[in-house]
Amino acid sequence: MSEHEYTPKSKAGKWFNDRLPLLTLGAHLTDYPTPKNLNYWWTFGGILTFCLITQIVTGIVLAMHYVAHADLAFASVEHIMRDVNYGWLIRYIHSNGASMFFLAVYIHIFRSLFYGSYKSPREVIWIIGLMIYLLMMAAAFMGYVLPWGQMSFWGATVITNLFSAIPLVGDSITTWLWGAYSVDNPTLNRFFSLHYLIPFLILGLVVLHIWALHVPGNNNPVGIDIKKPSKDTVPFHPYITIKDAFALLVFMIIFAGFVFFTPNVLGHSDNYIPANPLVTPAHIVPEWYLLPFYAILRSVPDKLGGVILMFSAIFILFVLPWLDTSKVRSAVFRPIYRQFFWILVIDVLMLGYVGAMPAEGIYLVLARVGTIYYFLHFIVVMPVVGYLEKTDPIPMSISEPVLTGGAEPSLARKVNDKV
Amino acid sequence: MIKSNIKLLVLSFLLLISLRPLQSAEMVDPIKVDWSFKGLTGTFDRASLQRGFQVYKEVCASCHSMQYLSYRNLGEPGGPEFSEQEVKAIAASFEIEDGPDSQGEMFTRPGKPSDKFKSPYPNVQAATAANGGAYPPDMSVLVKARKGGANYIYSVLVGYEDPPPGVTLDDGVYYNKYMAGNKIKMPNNLMDGLVEYADGTESTVDQMAKDVTTFLAWAAEPELEERHKTGVKVIIYLVLLTILVYLSMRKIWSRIDTEV
Repeated sequence: MSEHEYTPKSKAGKWFNDRLPLLTLGAHLTDYPTPKNLNYWWTFGGILTFCLITQIVTGIVLAMHYVAHADLAFASVEHIMRDVNYGWLIRYIHSNGASMFFLAVYIHIFRSLFYGSYKSPREVIWIIGLMIYLLMMAAAFMGYVLPWGQMSFWGATVITNLFSAIPLVGDSITTWLWGAYSVDNPTLNRFFSLHYLIPFLILGLVVLHIWALHVPGNNNPVGIDIKKPSKDTVPFHPYITIKDAFALLVFMIIFAGFVFFTPNVLGHSDNYIPANPLVTPAHIVPEWYLLPFYAILRSVPDKLGGVILMFSAIFILFVLPWLDTSKVRSAVFRPIYRQFFWILVIDVLMLGYVGAMPAEGIYLVLARVGTIYYFLHFIVVMPVVGYLEKTDPIPMSISEPVLTGGAEPSLARKVNDKV
Repeated sequence: MIKSNIKLLVLSFLLLISLRPLQSAEMVDPIKVDWSFKGLTGTFDRASLQRGFQVYKEVCASCHSMQYLSYRNLGEPGGPEFSEQEVKAIAASFEIEDGPDSQGEMFTRPGKPSDKFKSPYPNVQAATAANGGAYPPDMSVLVKARKGGANYIYSVLVGYEDPPPGVTLDDGVYYNKYMAGNKIKMPNNLMDGLVEYADGTESTVDQMAKDVTTFLAWAAEPELEERHKTGVKVIIYLVLLTILVYLSMRKIWSRIDTEV
């Protein structure tokens, strides 16, 4: 590949590059051979990078004006909204930015599920991605606590209380997390500290995520291995950069729509009521992006059981590459799995919906059915379908979408390796 | 195949959403008012904001604080836009406690535009004690703090009724159609002709409720007009840029045999 032979043209460039090969890295990123058949579902990686940078930049500015104290936090947010120049814009970008970040990450994750991007040889990319997702949830949860409104306070109370379900040491752990005997000023203070830390951890993991991606290269909608570089690939720049830029702009239009015209629609109105430990809101609900997990938590009558199931719902994804037994990556060629994929999508949307509803009656039934299916999908459907499914014939290469005439993917791969 | 699946997905999601009314069967939906500040280019009715401030000052302010607003806000663009003299006069009509002075004493002085709105009670406990155990909430962000927003606030203001037969109310509790649980500790304070509007508008209950709600909507979102104006510009800019980038993308990808 060209990056191995890359030498800077200028003498100074060569001098520097011999000591720190930043220019080689730049050349690698520019030339990086990318499958030419990537569709728009592949543009969300770039969009997510944009979201992270946006959150960090707006967050740093907000932190210059915010006061992390139980008596002053709510007022300091109003100070930002009213007295800081364009404070309202910066705060609305940050609060809606969190939602847009999760919208993009969910599309990114489901894209990976559909096209089998988590499968060999990309397991490490997938696992680092899940670690990023976990940290995102932690950051978002703590960020939601900072305005110190009613939902901030009671959300923090509910979530931190989950740890009290741990046998024997649960209560001690909860007290340790709070830094007090209830959610109080020390809790707010440490959440602010951690909320500022986590995005930089995410940034570090994003670097590893991209590094790990650049080893095998991108998966693609056909899901077959491709030779790089070849006539199946294009250089990252300008082909992918311009395409990512276009998709990002469309995303930014939607983002701006929320920020400028309905900035509070994704939040809960109770969070504009200052935190009051003596008044519990009628329904304590987390932000929309955590609702499916909240539904799983509440679907179990036992507290510890609910907590275990909720965490399992996330951690089961870590072993997904080994639960999926299919040799074919892309669901395009997996007629049975494809149906189950869409059932999973509906299932997660339904869990999100019932997560926002009171845990009673039909909603509790739906939450339980949804939870059971969620786990069945990963524990039963994925291994079994992978074995039994008769996959459609897959093409040998992207450029020549000639069908092999058989369902044997290894044949295609073998042929492809010879190309 | 994928398309039909997406259709199925959308259909089932719509079905789920349609289940929603099951949950909130008891609550009466607030009255929908066609506010001037609604929509993508909505702005506040300046005269209504000024009248609304008058209603707040003469009626609500005896119990409700608005601690995050300053008198200077009343003269700022996008708000009631009182003149500088008017703002100074409004501020000066309040006695503000200041200090300590060089002797260590607190003192009172006439308000200045930079002062925050004077609160009727020194603290939440005093406000609660003086109002039969119900704290009259601070109204700075009240419109954002209630589901239904301006429509809800307006509805509660005009929603007082005699309790239906069978409902008995304690002393100091009133029946309100739109309030959650239908019980409210705030009495019906608005009656026709209560306020003498400076601009000669007839002060019906409906007029006063609309005006004060408009004022509260502005108080909660003083940036609304600037936000809408900037938003339209930002979206137009982004759409134009998107078109240019799209055309560039088509041109660049035309070198390749693949559809972009």
